[in-house]
Amino acid sequence: MSEKFKVLYYVNQFFGQVGGEDKAGMPPEYRPEKVGPAVGFEGALQGEGEVVGTIICGDNYFNEHKEEALEFIKKTIKETAPDVVVAGPAFNAGRYGMACGELAKTVVEEFNKPVVTGMYIENPGVEICKDKAIVVSTADSAAGMRKALPLMAAITRKLAKGIELDAPAKEGYIPQGRRKTLFVDKRGSQRAVEMLLARFKGEEFETELPMPVFDQVEPAPAIKDLSKATIALCTSGGIVPQGNPDGIQSASAQKWGKYNISELDSLNAPDFYSTHGGYDTAFANDNPNRVVPLDILREYEKEGVIGKVYDWFFTTTGTGTSVSNAKKFGQEIGAILKEAGVDGVILTST
Amino acid sequence: MVKEIERYGIPIVHMATITTISESVGANRIVPTVAIPHPVGNPSLSAEDEHALRKELVGKALKALTTEITETTHFD
Repeated sequence: MSEKFKVLYYVNQFFGQVGGEDKAGMPPEYRPEKVGPAVGFEGALQGEGEVVGTIICGDNYFNEHKEEALEFIKKTIKETAPDVVVAGPAFNAGRYGMACGELAKTVVEEFNKPVVTGMYIENPGVEICKDKAIVVSTADSAAGMRKALPLMAAITRKLAKGIELDAPAKEGYIPQGRRKTLFVDKRGSQRAVEMLLARFKGEEFETELPMPVFDQVEPAPAIKDLSKATIALCTSGGIVPQGNPDGIQSASAQKWGKYNISELDSLNAPDFYSTHGGYDTAFANDNPNRVVPLDILREYEKEGVIGKVYDWFFTTTGTGTSVSNAKKFGQEIGAILKEAGVDGVILTST
Repeated sequence: MVKEIERYGIPIVHMATITTISESVGANRIVPTVAIPHPVGNPSLSAEDEHALRKELVGKALKALTTEITETTHFD
């Protein structure tokens, strides 16, 4: 068994060492070499496999031109015929995670080839592909790279060699929601009673069937008379007044801000700008209305289409922000809007 | 944030470019936008054309807020 298995690697523009946000619009390109994390990854394969090449694609390009990006990836897979495709790890980077997730889903569905990626549990990309690909559970930032790569490599080796994976908790990947038949010493009734007794005694026990958590909010009723309605603006795009008076973080936000716009017809530069650290803010800084369209909403107000623009707009940065913080921000902002009798909200995201 | 605000019974429309994220965070009313760095604008257009585009997009958002829905709906 001297033949090495072949891995095709996918990274974004940042981990591909092309550039930061200014290069996020780059179309995919293929390099017949190891780039960025692919180097450490191949090392962790311990000589059993090799990375034949790396696809590098800008995060904005992928998410704005998904079909084209996936076509390129499919073409590259046909040409390089890898045994396993590896993407990321994307940690808690939303756009990168979405790219890895869409890629993973497509490759498994259309080529039936195993895909291994890595993400933080809250990354929106997890939901897209976790049932199809193996998503290694990583830290929320690139500081977790050294821990993630060996786990991804170990799983890749097993998949390439057709060895069945152990349970998610043991291998370090996010559960796929599958049930497997396995032989155990004790029958079900006995295990269930033991769990129940452990629960009575306040001891630790591990359920064999975790219940899924569904949390959906019913759509709120529509606005009946728009011409009398007060509409509020809200954004996760990081638009703040000059000087960022409340010090809203440019990533992993810990707070949100509200700013009075009752005297303004438009959010003009340089009075407002974006403090967001997760996208190229040049266009937003040039004209902040491109993220928070106050100018247009004010026009609709003057035309009588809507009753009123709410006097305050609400803002935070959505990049790397934890779900628990986002939830808290929403609860706090929603309470203010409810109290103020706001009838509808436009929330923009970058 | 979208979901928690809507929990108060206030209709909310999410204007975003990566609409798959909108869906995964539980937005019910979604208006797909132009691009990640300029959701409600397009710097490659003339000032008049960009204004018209923005007006149309915000118009769609208002339409979304006045439309009764029972499930996640895109207003393209």
